[in-house]
Amino acid sequence: MQQETTMETVRRLVDAQQHLPGALLPILHAVQDALGHVPDEAVQAIAEGLNLSRAEVHGVITYYHHFRREPAGRHVLQVCRAESCQAMGADALWAHACARLGVEEGGTSADGAVTLEPVYCLGLCAMSPAVALDEQPRARMSAARLDTLLQGARP
Amino acid sequence: MTVRVYVPCDSAALAVGADEVADALQRGAAARGDSIEIVRNGSRGLFWLEPLIEVVTPHGRVAYGPVDASDVAGLLDAGLLQGAPHALCHGPTEQMPWLLRQERQTFARMGVTDPLSIRDYEAHGGLAGLRRALELDRPAIVQQVLDSGLRGRGGAAFPAGIKWKTVAAAQATQKYICCNADEGDSGTYSDRMVMEGDPFMLIEGMAIAGIATGATQGYVYVRSEYPHAIATLNKAIARARAAGWLGEDILGTGRSFDLAVRKAAGAYVCGEETAMLESLEGKRGIVRAKPPLPALQGLFGQPTLIHNVITLASVPLILAKGADFYRDFGMGRSRGTLPIQLAGNVKYGGLVEKAFGVTLRELVEGFGGGTASGRPIKAIQVGGPLGAYVPPEHWDLPLDYEAYAAVGAVLGHGGIVVHDDSADMAQLARYAMEFCAIESCGKCTPCRIGSTRGVEVIDRIVQADAQSRPQQVVLLRDLCDTMLHGSLCAMGGMTPYPVLSALDHYPQDFGLAAPTARAA
Repeated sequence: MQQETTMETVRRLVDAQQHLPGALLPILHAVQDALGHVPDEAVQAIAEGLNLSRAEVHGVITYYHHFRREPAGRHVLQVCRAESCQAMGADALWAHACARLGVEEGGTSADGAVTLEPVYCLGLCAMSPAVALDEQPRARMSAARLDTLLQGARP
Repeated sequence: MTVRVYVPCDSAALAVGADEVADALQRGAAARGDSIEIVRNGSRGLFWLEPLIEVVTPHGRVAYGPVDASDVAGLLDAGLLQGAPHALCHGPTEQMPWLLRQERQTFARMGVTDPLSIRDYEAHGGLAGLRRALELDRPAIVQQVLDSGLRGRGGAAFPAGIKWKTVAAAQATQKYICCNADEGDSGTYSDRMVMEGDPFMLIEGMAIAGIATGATQGYVYVRSEYPHAIATLNKAIARARAAGWLGEDILGTGRSFDLAVRKAAGAYVCGEETAMLESLEGKRGIVRAKPPLPALQGLFGQPTLIHNVITLASVPLILAKGADFYRDFGMGRSRGTLPIQLAGNVKYGGLVEKAFGVTLRELVEGFGGGTASGRPIKAIQVGGPLGAYVPPEHWDLPLDYEAYAAVGAVLGHGGIVVHDDSADMAQLARYAMEFCAIESCGKCTPCRIGSTRGVEVIDRIVQADAQSRPQQVVLLRDLCDTMLHGSLCAMGGMTPYPVLSALDHYPQDFGLAAPTARAA
């Protein structure tokens, strides 16, 4: 039943946008926004809708960092690791986030609450270091402020 | 009387609690029986003062910042709504020295207006460029852009007018305008500010480009890391269409141009124009070989004008005030102004729009006030992850494309990242290679393989003993030479800039005693 619902969602989203020129990225975004990830079983339906091979769709999904094939944790924390944030202690902040969530170099905490990922620039470089929790930017971050932010994100 | 209070909605302001401040103001004023109207404006770009709120008084707008939600009650008690003095008060916004010393042209409306108010936009000079363009014939519009001396602000600095002329002359039933808003360089945020703080300016610039070149469809390719920019831009496009300056019949002239936002998906290399085209076509963002030039065979094989956000956002001003007005700013072949972004370890970080010719020292010490940490500045990376680390002896050079090229540096997109003396330049060089390895599209070997070998050889340099180190340095220089000259695009082709500049100017961080000779 769950499986069927997922596929219905995918087909509806494909139908809605398949007429767009270069529709694959808009469709993949729509699927990920609706389901939280782009499941492997969606590939066939997307490929059929756009008259592409499954390999082409798979290639696009795996090329872009933004698309995920597995569900993330209930919250996604992105910590910027680019130069501007590095200049303000982003490496230490990243290490702190990893330790706090009990993950090696990013990944999902054991309780499934938070997925930690690196991001390369959030455009908040005058207020480094910066992070984004569920796409909401937070800047002038410190280990203590990050802990407070994560506390609000549990469960 | 209702008092108007401005609270920015720029994501940098949101990132430090602007929404919470707006809520606290609304509640605090209501509790006191004060009548206020909160307007969400763009950011003035004084980011160390965000959230920077402004109160409209009979003597103009008065600035307070940085305001935390917990400050609001005290501010209201002190007479915030009358513009009264307070520890957080900076007096009239327009008189703040940090703004007074700038030459805000493209960013003239930034932080002044409600980004989604068409009335505000027109009241502050908006739409004058489009109206002027609609009075001119197409070659005359192109001539204005040519005469202005405007060069691509994305980093490559190619003369914009030449592209316009090429696309305008191309014969095709469908042409496109593509705005590259995949602003992935660390230390840059001017594109984001435009999309969030003055989106109509970008829309107007693209409409003018469409009319001038005969393109009827435009796309704005915005990075997925900018959700607020995407949302604001989508709303602005809908309003512009409703107001009749996008669509089938622009302002009743029978000309047609429409616009859509496309969300990118986190690939840095899609900031390269041909990789962006592939991505817009729904493919992996792999770089194309040139020729054919995108101006002749671009999106879906059709003639396509591709520009960065700031380039297109500069166009309305050029049309409204004339090519001469714009060209009179700047120096040499770098005409007009550059929105410079101060970032990293800097005390007063933010957006500084100045004519070309300003020096790095004036920017980083004069505007930036030195480092945030209070330690000495060690290195300044100009132009993003592919830009060189500029050492102190070059801080007095004028910001000018040619002057920077002469010392092996680039201005890029105008991002300036400051590092204090705790920075390890060998680690930053290693990071440049590592970033290239993560983000390489994989099409050409120097970039795909060279970046990984680069990480390895820098590790060996750092770990080697004094005897074998010079040999590894030779290898690194040789590898950089291959990447510089053999890569298909700037990703692999410019990664050596930060690497070699770090090695040349900070050899001690690589375990080398004396400064080495510059790479041949």
